[in-house]
Amino acid sequence: MKVDLSTSWMGIPLPHPIVPGASPMSLDLDAARRLEDAGAPLLIMHSLFEEQVVGEELATRVAYDLHAESYAEATSYLPDPDLFSLGPDEYLEQLGKLKRALNIPIIASLNGVTQGGWLDYAMLLEQAGADGIELNVYDVVMNPDRDGRSVEREVIELVQALTIRTDVPIAVKLSPFYSSLPWFARQLAQAGAAGLVLFNRFFEPEIDPENLELQRHLAPSSHGELALRLRWTGILRDRVPCGLAITGGVRNGRDLVKSIMAGADTVQVVSVLLGQGPDRITSMLMEMAEWMEEQEYPSLRVMRGCMSIERCPKPAAYSRANYVKMITGWDAGLFRS
Amino acid sequence: MSRIVAVDGNEAVARVAHLLSEVVAIYPITPASAMGELADDWSCQGRKNLWGLVPKVVEMQSEAGAIGAVHGSLQAGSLTTTFTASQGLLLMIPTLYKIAGELTSFTLHVAARTVATHALSIFGDHSDVMACRQTGFAMLAAGSVQEAQDFAAVAHAASLESRVPFLHFFDGFRTSHEINTIDELPAEALEALIDDDAIVAHRQRALDPDAPFIRGTAQNPDAFFQAREACNPFYEACPGIVQQCFARFAELTGRRYELFQYHGHPEAERIIVLMGSGAKTAAETARKLAARGDKVGVVEVRLYRPFHAAAFLAALPATTRSIAVLDRTKEPGAGGEPLYLDCFAAIGEAAMQAGRSMPRIIGGRYGLSSKEFSPAMVARIFAELDRPQPKTRFTIGIKDDVTHLSLDVEEELHILGREVNQGIFFGLGSDGTVGANKNSIKIIADVAQLKAQAYFVYDSKKSGAVTTSHLRFGKDAVQAPYLIEAADFIGCHQYMFVDKVDVLERARPGGIFLLNAPYGPEEVFATLPVEMQRRIIDLGLEFYCIDAYKVADEAGMGNRINTVMQTAFFAISNVIETDRAIEAIKDAIRKTYGKKGHEIIKRNVAAVDSAVAHLHRVVVPAAPIGERQRPPVVPAEAPEFIQRVTATIMAGKGDLLPVSAFPADGTFPSSSARWERRNIARSIPAWNPDICIQCNKCALMCPHAAIRAGLLEPELAASAPGGFKTTEFRSRDLPDKRYVIQVAPEDCTGCTLCVEVCPARDKANPRVKALGMVDKDPILDQERANWDFFTAMPTTRREDVVLDHKGTQFLQPLFECSGACAGCGETPYVKLLSQLYGDRLVVANATGCSSIYGGNLPTTPWSTDAKGRGPAWSNSLFENNAEFGLGFRLSWDTRQREARALVEELREDIGLELAGSILTAPTGDDAAIEALRGLVERLEERLRSFAGRKRHDRLAILASSLVPRSVWLVGGDGWAYDIGFGGLDHVIASGENVNILVLDTEVYSNTGGQASKATPMAAAAKFAAAGKAMAKKDLGMVAMSYGGVYVAQIAIGAKDSHAVKAIREAESYPGPSLVIAYSHCIAHGYDLAQGAEQQKAAVKSYQWPLYRYDPRRGALGEPPLVLDSGPPSLDPQKYMAAETRFRVAEKIDPARYRMLVDHARDQARRKYELYRQLAGVAVEPSPESHA
Repeated sequence: MKVDLSTSWMGIPLPHPIVPGASPMSLDLDAARRLEDAGAPLLIMHSLFEEQVVGEELATRVAYDLHAESYAEATSYLPDPDLFSLGPDEYLEQLGKLKRALNIPIIASLNGVTQGGWLDYAMLLEQAGADGIELNVYDVVMNPDRDGRSVEREVIELVQALTIRTDVPIAVKLSPFYSSLPWFARQLAQAGAAGLVLFNRFFEPEIDPENLELQRHLAPSSHGELALRLRWTGILRDRVPCGLAITGGVRNGRDLVKSIMAGADTVQVVSVLLGQGPDRITSMLMEMAEWMEEQEYPSLRVMRGCMSIERCPKPAAYSRANYVKMITGWDAGLFRS
Repeated sequence: MSRIVAVDGNEAVARVAHLLSEVVAIYPITPASAMGELADDWSCQGRKNLWGLVPKVVEMQSEAGAIGAVHGSLQAGSLTTTFTASQGLLLMIPTLYKIAGELTSFTLHVAARTVATHALSIFGDHSDVMACRQTGFAMLAAGSVQEAQDFAAVAHAASLESRVPFLHFFDGFRTSHEINTIDELPAEALEALIDDDAIVAHRQRALDPDAPFIRGTAQNPDAFFQAREACNPFYEACPGIVQQCFARFAELTGRRYELFQYHGHPEAERIIVLMGSGAKTAAETARKLAARGDKVGVVEVRLYRPFHAAAFLAALPATTRSIAVLDRTKEPGAGGEPLYLDCFAAIGEAAMQAGRSMPRIIGGRYGLSSKEFSPAMVARIFAELDRPQPKTRFTIGIKDDVTHLSLDVEEELHILGREVNQGIFFGLGSDGTVGANKNSIKIIADVAQLKAQAYFVYDSKKSGAVTTSHLRFGKDAVQAPYLIEAADFIGCHQYMFVDKVDVLERARPGGIFLLNAPYGPEEVFATLPVEMQRRIIDLGLEFYCIDAYKVADEAGMGNRINTVMQTAFFAISNVIETDRAIEAIKDAIRKTYGKKGHEIIKRNVAAVDSAVAHLHRVVVPAAPIGERQRPPVVPAEAPEFIQRVTATIMAGKGDLLPVSAFPADGTFPSSSARWERRNIARSIPAWNPDICIQCNKCALMCPHAAIRAGLLEPELAASAPGGFKTTEFRSRDLPDKRYVIQVAPEDCTGCTLCVEVCPARDKANPRVKALGMVDKDPILDQERANWDFFTAMPTTRREDVVLDHKGTQFLQPLFECSGACAGCGETPYVKLLSQLYGDRLVVANATGCSSIYGGNLPTTPWSTDAKGRGPAWSNSLFENNAEFGLGFRLSWDTRQREARALVEELREDIGLELAGSILTAPTGDDAAIEALRGLVERLEERLRSFAGRKRHDRLAILASSLVPRSVWLVGGDGWAYDIGFGGLDHVIASGENVNILVLDTEVYSNTGGQASKATPMAAAAKFAAAGKAMAKKDLGMVAMSYGGVYVAQIAIGAKDSHAVKAIREAESYPGPSLVIAYSHCIAHGYDLAQGAEQQKAAVKSYQWPLYRYDPRRGALGEPPLVLDSGPPSLDPQKYMAAETRFRVAEKIDPARYRMLVDHARDQARRKYELYRQLAGVAVEPSPESHA
């Protein structure tokens, strides 16, 4: 039996669900080609950060303006600013190169949280050939004056702002830290999000105790991270009218199966590709296909969401009841030995 | 079709020159730099000349180099031009003779500037162009921005037709930097003006192996004279050709010009003759006076060379009785200034031949170094001409109380009517006032369709500079090349100026006054000094206030209040309806920042939108409130000269000082900057002694010596003012001392470099360092008292500390409070020199940033110690500094040699023991030198008893030279790598004991960031906008090749211990030493508070390896070269990514940039390999080797 692995993401039909997630892999044309050769059906680019865009604008303004027009011998200190533009030039250039070099769809990734001028770059991304935009909402809320509703509202408005600026489909990559993810997810879908990506992973600060400094640290995802994503995919699958993707913790074909069963349309992989190479796409697919054949799943469509909260046999495991059972079932004898 | 544009003189000229040239060879010099920069920008953008070719622009190593390249290009047949001024023009003179002697069509555009004499001046007069009047160049003088553009075109056309090369000049700053609305010359008109046949003829005269000839022969007595006379017909024809070009130009544009243009009464009896922008003032004044019946007139000289006497005489009305010829130059010792002599000869010869008597002719000097030349001065000269016995030689615009040549100008004369609106705006360089005003001029011209003029005055500081913008606009063209005398609008963009600057001095009655103040409309008036309050009341000014910093801050604009104040100006000045103006401002913002991102536009627009709501009319009371007066400019304890002269200049009233106030030879006292309390920082560092680890890095890196480390006895600490913080000094050598870090609250620029380099953090709250920035105002009084106490403390002696990066910082800096940029990367090195060798330091300083912050009036940071000793400093020129400094050495050595010989000769009178001690005294360290000073004092005392005896008196004069002098040749990379390299190379090859400190910013910093041969690969700079493609010159390696030169490359922010060690080794080396010091700079384009971090990155990426090459080690059989930084450990791309200079190159051409970075990476690796190998090379010393 030949299983049908086709799926779709953001309205784009795909031959299978394994998608290289946003990562430095898109910075290197050769790496991107290898991903395509290994069967990647779509590529999500590295992120264009709001801070990067705005920060460069401000830094350049200061570099040019702070000392200009203040001294008789020199009214400026750097070459004519009209000789260049600021903005996502390098990003657009790389997007253009990827589009020319690859035959698969390219999704651009915008990473930011505020309603700023940087959002206009969505139009430029579309013009440069992006087939979709993944909005990565990487927001560590630290202000005790910001309530949860306002945090959510700002993201919803971001999605609305993007849909005004561009006609390409938009996916939103979320963190798990929202008080009512189902309500929020539905609002995002209603605001125009074609898909939700669960979940982004934060840079965790590392402490340098000698120098009393914080250092940025991002470890590869681990298998243990998958459970959280499976739960929320399972909860959202049939309750939110948009596509779902899982990213984080998928290491093998069996993880793929679980992700699809929970309800994912696609699965984004990064750590496993960085660690084991692009060919891991093919081997994971084979693992999944073999399993499906064994289990007589004819297609991904049949398998997708079969273990969602609406369809799984004992949905309590997704909910609070599961917690009650786990706690009450604890056996004090575990400490004996 | 012509169009009206608002441009400055430089841009107007450069546009024409670029359109009419194929090759442009340039070198930056104020005030002409902008012409070359614009030409380069346009060629970078692919802008084509009249014939569809993008002109090739090349930057040379000096003006001598530029004109050499020009000469070659002309000889090879290309239409070629260049731009220059002042010393640059002087460097071209030998080649100008050649170009003219060979009858070469060429136009040189000069923004005329003062030639350095008793002092350098960047401002305008005709001393440079007058030094070229003998070269054979035709000289065409433009007096306005419009004329500068028009005459640029006429000069090119006339030179092609006449074969006489042209020097087209216009007044530096007054015309080169004045923005005016002009009728732009369309390309079609230029095309029609230029004779194509003349271009063909120019090409046919070119060198060509297909039709060979030789040019540039050597001639002998039999031939030279006749051959030299052969050019006469060309010079005879030249004025006629210029007049024909003027006539053609008039047909094309409607603008008519004459070789000598007359203005004024048709039957004028009194005439002033002059050229340049002053002629506009004179002409406008003459017209005004003639209209009221005065028989006065002005002859404006356009073509000065060849001087066409007949045309000049024809321009004089037949009724002329007396003539004043004005020269904007000075020729000491001459029978008269040049234009005067030319006019006198022309009139005298004509009178002689006609047998008539001559009119009375007197000669005057005016306007040297952009000195104001106003209508009142013109009227005063006419009045002088009316006197029965006028002064035959006079000056105007100054008070000469020494030779009494000056004419006193007592009466005001305002010739501009109320139809011309005039506004003066006071700002700080960093607040964007000038940029906003340049924008406003364009808005006024474009939207209101008014004619406009703008001129900007800057003070001499690089940090916290005060800018004054003079804007005029009206329905007719504004021909008023002098500062506003009665302003309808005064904008004071900085509240601090109310105590420092007399901003209302030029306000007219009933005018408008806008003040940016952190106070509301109810309270602001009472906060002003009473003098200012009284003036507001007396003049009946409409007074408005706005808290622009608050508006800018809320809009995310930081300190940039420019758009806020611009909006406020339009809202209350009624030049344009407010709504239209606001829309125009927003359009200008979008245009300016359109390519620079949406965020900047958004924030600027937000600032504009909220500005009007924060603008308030202040109700002016009938009488002043309170009694607070404007504080004195300098404290009462300042020395007499500082009080009388320096303070007057500091207050902006230097024009009032008479000739007698000034030293005749340019000599000024040291230690003046300390009296200039500039107070430009809003926040300053505060010290926490509990956290401090006493590393002294803050003091070492401070560019302004505004944070200092000190040691004091506990008893003294006990007598300190309350709030003066000390802590136990952690030292085994000096266990009982108290340690202090003290900030100079009024000298700190707030750059935060000290806070950034501070390594000490609070263990419980690591965000808190031993230094942290705090608001200044609340602690100002306390810190002022602390600073006064600190500076009165006994200074630490060199003998008492280890002279390393820490110990040196206890020593008194004799370079303090300079006007260098906040965060400057050069001054820490200069300051360190002053700490190590200050009392015996002699500095030869190349022109550039260091000569400006070191020696630009009113004050100098070079200072003296308690004994009155300190660095002796001088600046000769840009190009000759190495030779200049070598001269110091030669002189000192000669004096010392003679002194020692005299000690030997007179040893019996001196005393055998004392003489012997002097002649054998060691000088290896500071203790020995101090001991020698004691011996010399004894010698001087002894010699007093032989006073009157010739040989003894001679020794008495020379005795001080027995103490060693530390001679340092200081300058930037423009000097060392480019214009002065030949001299530097020769000096290091001389073997003489000089020390050279190259403050390497990798760019011409002082003139605005042009590329030098020190500019690294991939960095963008002017003339290398897409990133420099050639590697930085390895100056150190060049010096090492001699084998006998000490060479070190240092970066004080990366490895301070190494920097101090290298400087000390260099000084101790008994031969030439070269220390190349990495100096971060505003031209690198990042927050200089991060300067030390960037220096570390430069070292790690091997863009700036640290090393010392000491020939003494070679003599010991050790490798002379020691590498003091490790192999490349950081990708150069990461270092480069933090600086705008590299990012610009990346943005302009990403692919090329990546290629250049790859090259830079490869080069770093190769350089490391090469250095590593060299550092391993040791040669067995030969028996005769000695250290």
